[in-house]
Amino acid sequence: MRFVTVSGPPSSGKTAVILKTVAHVRQDGPQGPGLRVGVVKFDCLSTLDDETYARHGLPVRKGLSGALCPDHYFVSNVEECVQWGRGEGLDVLVSESAGLCNRCSPYIRDVLAVCVIDNLSGIDTPQKIGPMLKSADIVVITKGDVVSQAEREVFAARVRRVNPKARILHVNGVTGQGSFEFASLWREGDEVDTVEGRRLRFSMPAALCSYCLGETRIGAQYQLGNVRKIDLGQAGANLEVDADRQRGAPLSGGEGAR
Amino acid sequence: MTHLDLLRGATVGALRERWPYAERFLGERGLELPEAPAAALADCCDAALLADLAAFLTEMEAFLSAEEETVGAITVLGGRDKRGEPEAVRELTVDKGDVVCIVGPTGSGKSRLLADIEWVARGDTPTGRRVLVDGREGDERWRAGGDRKLVAQLSQNMNFVIDMGVGDFLALHAESRRADDIPGKVNRIWEEANALAGEPFALDTPVTSLSGGQSRALMIADTAVLSRSPVVLIDEIENAGIDRRKALEVLVGQDKIVLMATHDPILALMGDRRVVIGGGAMRAVVEPSDAERANLAELRALDARLMELRGRLRRGERLDVI
Repeated sequence: MRFVTVSGPPSSGKTAVILKTVAHVRQDGPQGPGLRVGVVKFDCLSTLDDETYARHGLPVRKGLSGALCPDHYFVSNVEECVQWGRGEGLDVLVSESAGLCNRCSPYIRDVLAVCVIDNLSGIDTPQKIGPMLKSADIVVITKGDVVSQAEREVFAARVRRVNPKARILHVNGVTGQGSFEFASLWREGDEVDTVEGRRLRFSMPAALCSYCLGETRIGAQYQLGNVRKIDLGQAGANLEVDADRQRGAPLSGGEGAR
Repeated sequence: MTHLDLLRGATVGALRERWPYAERFLGERGLELPEAPAAALADCCDAALLADLAAFLTEMEAFLSAEEETVGAITVLGGRDKRGEPEAVRELTVDKGDVVCIVGPTGSGKSRLLADIEWVARGDTPTGRRVLVDGREGDERWRAGGDRKLVAQLSQNMNFVIDMGVGDFLALHAESRRADDIPGKVNRIWEEANALAGEPFALDTPVTSLSGGQSRALMIADTAVLSRSPVVLIDEIENAGIDRRKALEVLVGQDKIVLMATHDPILALMGDRRVVIGGGAMRAVVEPSDAERANLAELRALDARLMELRGRLRRGERLDVI
C-alpha cells in the first residue's frame, strides 16, 4: 500500500485537491490500472469532510483530537490507520490533517509528504508555516485561477526559498487543473506496510504546562511546567518576538532533530 | 565538487562573497551568521541546514544560469481523442512570436491541450500526446514547477489581491525573479500598461484599486516583461477593456509564444492560426483566409461602432438614432 500524508493550513483546499486527484488515481490510465484509495481525516473539534469523502465512494475514517494536541494525536494513531488501510485492501491510503499551529508537521521519513497552501494566503505565509512546508516532498499551490500571474510567480518563489527541494505543483481544487499531474506522482511513492519504528521528519512541540492539564485561570501563580515568557523589551517596545529564533529556547528537537 | 562539499569547507566571508543571497535564506531559517568573515560556516550551521542550503544554492544557480535560455518553439504531437481514435492533427509547432488561437465549445478539450503543454506530456496523459520543447522530449525540469513554469496564464477571472502599490508590487515581482535594472523594468511595465489601458493609473495606485481594464493591462505588460514562462495562455480577454491589438504586440514583442482561447472574431482573426478542438482532440489547424483577413477591417469598424455606442450611454445619451 502507498501512503500519502497531506497537510496544510485550514481552508487551503486540501479536501478539494484530494478529491480531484483521487478521481484520476482510481481510473485506469496511461500510468496503469485504477487504484483503490481510502482516506483518514484528522481534525480537532469537528469535520464534515468524512461525509464528503464517503459521498465520493471512498472508504474513510475520521479522528478528532478534541482536547489533545492534534499532532500528538496523529502520531499516536497513524500506525493503526495504516493497518486499517491494509485491512480495507487499499492501494493508496491518504491522511489529511490541518496544520493548526504551524509548529508541526505529520510527515514521516520515506512516506510521501504533501503540503497544500493557497495563493490567497499572502506572500509572507510560506515563511510563517514552518516544518509542514519546509520538509514536504511536494508543495501543492491552490487557488491560482483567481490571482494574477505575477502574484503566482512571487508566491511560488517564496515557497521555493523556504523549501528548495520540493516539487511545486499548481493544482486547482475547483476546476481540477493540475490534479492529473499530481495524481501521477502518487504512483511513484514507496510501498508502506507499517510505519512502526519509523521516524517523524520533525519532532512534535514541547508541551506539558499547567494549561495542557486543564488549567483555565490566568496568572503567574497558575503557570507550572514548561512555560516561556515573551521578551517585550524594557519599555515594552519590542513587540515582535519570534519564539523560534530565540537562542537557547527550550524547544525539543527542531531543525536538528530531522 | 558539490555545493555541500564546498559549504563544508567554506568560511562565512566566502559564503557572503560568492552567494550573496545565502544569508537571507539562512536568516529565514533562524540562523544569524557571525560578523567575522573568517568563521567556519560548518561551526555555526548544523548539518541538516547546511544540506538545505546546498540544495538551495544548486537550485538558485540553475535558476540564474537559465536566465539567458529561451524557448524557440513548442511542438505538440497528436495523440487520441476521448473515444481513443487518433486525433486528426498529428503535429502542431508554434514558434516564439506566434499567436495561435484555440477554439472549441466548453468541454471540448481546450484545457487538456493546455495542460498537456504545461506538463510537457510524454504520452503519459489521457490524450497520449507528446510535447517537445525546441524539438526535444521530456525535459523533467519544466515539471518541477514553481518558478520554472512553461506556461503563464492570464484570464478574465484573475485579480490582484495583494495590498501594495503598482510600483512596489512590480519591484517585488522583479526581485523574486532576481531581475537586473529593477527601476527600469518597473517603469517600462507601468508605461506599457498605461498605453494598453486607456485610462492612466499612477505608480502608487494600489493594485487592488485598479479597474478591470487597468488590471488586465498591467497583468499583460508584467507577464510580457517579467514572467520567465515562454508560453503565455490568454483565456477570454474579449471584454477586458484594453487595446487587444497592442496587448498581443506587447507579448509577441517579448518573443512569447501566445496561445489564446477565444471566440471573439477579431481576436481569432488576429492570430496567425487557429486550432479547432472537439471531442478531446485537435480536429484542424486553420489559417485565416484572405477573405477572413479582409473581413477583419469590417469587424474592427463594427467593434468601434459598438464602443462608440457604449460611450454615448455612459454620457447619458439616448440611442434613438444609431
